[in-house]
Amino acid sequence: MNFKTVAKACVVSLLVSGPTWALAQNQINMAKGVTEVGAQIYGLHMLIFWICAVIGVAVFAVMFYSIIYHRKSRGVTPAQFHDSTQVEIIWTIIPFLILIGMAVPATSTLLEVYNTDDAEIDILITGYQWKWKYEYLDEQGDNVAFFSNLATSQEEIYNTDAKGANYLLSVDEPMVIPVDTKVRFLVTANDVIHSWWVPELAVKRDAIPGFINEAWTKVPTEGVYRGQCTELCGAYHGFMPIEVHAVSREEYDAWLAAKRSEKVAQTAAAQQALGFEELMASGEAVYRAQCSACHGAQGEGGVGNAIAGSAIALGEVAKHLEVGIKGVAGTAMQAFGGQLSDVDMAAVITYQRNAFGNNTGDIVQPADVVNHKQG
Amino acid sequence: MGAHHGPAKGMSRWLLTTNHKDIGTMYLWFSFAMFILGGAFAMVIRAELFQPGMQLVEPGFFNQMTTLHGLVMVFGAIMPSFVGLANWMIPMMIGAPDMALPRMNNWSFWILPPSFLMLASTLFMEGGAPAFGWTFYAPLSTTYAPPSVTFFIFAIHILGVSSIMGSINIIATVMNMRAPGMSYMKMPLFVWTWLITAFLLVAVMPVLAGAVTMMLMDIHFGTSFFSAAGGGDPVLFQHVFWFFGHPEVYIIILPAFGVVSQIIPAFSRKPLFGYASMVYATASIALLSFIVWAHHMYTVGMPVAGELFFMYATMLIAVPTGVKVFNWITTMWRGALSFETPMLFCLGFLVLFTLGGFTGLMLSIAPAVAGAVFSMTAAVYYWIPKWTGRMYSESMGRIHFWVSFIGFNIAFFPQHFVGLAGMPRRIPDYSLQFADFNMMSSIGAFIYGASQLLFLYNVIVTIVAGEKVGEDKIWDGAEGLEWTVPCPAPYHTFEVPPKIDAVSAHA
Repeated sequence: MNFKTVAKACVVSLLVSGPTWALAQNQINMAKGVTEVGAQIYGLHMLIFWICAVIGVAVFAVMFYSIIYHRKSRGVTPAQFHDSTQVEIIWTIIPFLILIGMAVPATSTLLEVYNTDDAEIDILITGYQWKWKYEYLDEQGDNVAFFSNLATSQEEIYNTDAKGANYLLSVDEPMVIPVDTKVRFLVTANDVIHSWWVPELAVKRDAIPGFINEAWTKVPTEGVYRGQCTELCGAYHGFMPIEVHAVSREEYDAWLAAKRSEKVAQTAAAQQALGFEELMASGEAVYRAQCSACHGAQGEGGVGNAIAGSAIALGEVAKHLEVGIKGVAGTAMQAFGGQLSDVDMAAVITYQRNAFGNNTGDIVQPADVVNHKQG
Repeated sequence: MGAHHGPAKGMSRWLLTTNHKDIGTMYLWFSFAMFILGGAFAMVIRAELFQPGMQLVEPGFFNQMTTLHGLVMVFGAIMPSFVGLANWMIPMMIGAPDMALPRMNNWSFWILPPSFLMLASTLFMEGGAPAFGWTFYAPLSTTYAPPSVTFFIFAIHILGVSSIMGSINIIATVMNMRAPGMSYMKMPLFVWTWLITAFLLVAVMPVLAGAVTMMLMDIHFGTSFFSAAGGGDPVLFQHVFWFFGHPEVYIIILPAFGVVSQIIPAFSRKPLFGYASMVYATASIALLSFIVWAHHMYTVGMPVAGELFFMYATMLIAVPTGVKVFNWITTMWRGALSFETPMLFCLGFLVLFTLGGFTGLMLSIAPAVAGAVFSMTAAVYYWIPKWTGRMYSESMGRIHFWVSFIGFNIAFFPQHFVGLAGMPRRIPDYSLQFADFNMMSSIGAFIYGASQLLFLYNVIVTIVAGEKVGEDKIWDGAEGLEWTVPCPAPYHTFEVPPKIDAVSAHA
């Protein structure tokens, strides 16, 4: 909808004094959600909404009756009554009883939200500035972990490319969970407080550094569910979405197995030497996903320092690796050693040293990264 | 000295004054200046949110705007405006010659402008202004904060000192300087609500000071109050902050209740219904406000028992709040109503507050704050003839009301919908399904912002060229001691205490 239509809607809304019904195609109510708890919360929300609506209509009816019929311009003589203990007691007790009526279902729903017992799958969710890490915990210790980054390009955000359908709501690697299975989330953070919120799954839990919170869901229908970080966590708070794919059990098992073999393949890949072109190509992709938000699409800098012509990118390789792997304490520059695979780290360092006019000609191999990590 | 002693000449009148009316005037102008500044920050926010995508500012700067907007509006605009109103009106309402502690009164005003200058100057510092929201949750506001956070902490300390001194002054004045015969249960409700507010302020401002001091220690002296790595707890910050922050919401809204309770009876030409129950309701709201703080923290992972406690306590607040609304409406019932500008703003307040109160059941504080602005505006129109001796233009006042009421609703109603539909708060950019409502909200905000310039224009025209008023009592239904002194109120009033008749001063 363009500006003109919105402007028209504003004018219409003044006329009909129902500012919102003019835009009926927009979602105006809470998402009903797909889970059982979600449905309960939605039910509570609607219950309270209708109670409020009834009280509101009654209160405003009395008020507008007065406004219309008890006007001075109608020549009325004002009554002088100003006290009634009986009335005061009545309108203290009735709302109190209504509140008890609301509190009972609210309590049982809340207890249900907190019941994380008997989960089949545990996923550790860690909030980072500004992405999520998902780690599927395994009893044998064979965990699968990956980061989930914003997939929307800087060009879309800065309006040079058209915005896609899931603008700001899609990620490079979504969380995958099976349907009809109770999944427990263990939620924490690495730096500041984040909050993991997927409205349709009725899950919203703060990710607090140093503490682990619990939440759970049980999704009955396959589909893609989206959400966002909902606790202010720094400059790119608005750019760390959540995407959950609920799939059949078979699909989930296959996905998990693929993830495991990917892990093995990555370890093997770190032993191989790669060509310059190959490193530059994958380095560019990593740079765009991980670095460009802070360091600029052309390495010109922003929240972070410029990469183009920087002393680190043009200086010693070891120092450059050190910054990339361990980050810079006290700044937003994080330790990427645990976030990127050794291959990706080698690629992005190579890319930074040879792009944006930094023509050092250096090639950094995955083995160099492994060696550097081992000191 | 004596009845004809007037103000000093030149700047020293304002710098050195101990006169409650001068200090009240300075508070009111200062808070209006801050309202415009905070409003300008809001305009930047709404302009960026006008369309999806980043157009005008960077995300980091957007966060600085949301932070400063909140801080300036709460601490710079709304709180000082009600302190200004208290300074002007409380001595006149209780028949006192001035505030009990006039020199401290001067001091508590004059430390405000430097502290806001310092806060605003952080915008030009390296690393930018504070960008962690007005609730400044640790560790975003400690380990991850820009260097300017230290200036922010100092500014908060000074604001706290100012508020505490102002509150002590109000408590001392109300307790000691009432005219003979003015018993507590005869005080106008505005005085009552301010007395209770002052106690709230004295109780919670030191808690806020404690929170920022712990931040200071964490940042510069190696402690770990809010860092789990050193044995602290980031959630502790939220508990301490909201123990201040929730009563703060009532600090903002209680004086607004007081104003509404003065104005509705005046234009209904009928005494306030249930005066005593209004006093008790105000006191119970204040007490309950101390035990509901964690309803701002439902998702931090409290034990379920704690969560239930805070849920029940929060619901309980709806009871006395409902009593107040019912009393106001019953006051209007079978009165003889007229709708001058102050009454329109009060009715606007009542509508917004009732709707906001319902969402309050469903959680939100913004409507309370906005309601406070409506009530403050009502107060200015109601008492400006008393302050200046001149009448505002009724037609301009009404235009101001309708523009701001409509603008306000276009700005804030759509925000209910995007919130319910899953748009997080404090984001500089949003996904496409929120685009229409955000554009509407921005248009409404621009209208609302423009209406405040209309307000400024109305006030200035009234002061410069308003029609002079003759009688002491401007509104035929108004009651109270302030209407027994001339318009404009002389520089000194009630040097000889008035006699309060046995019936009642409030009704």
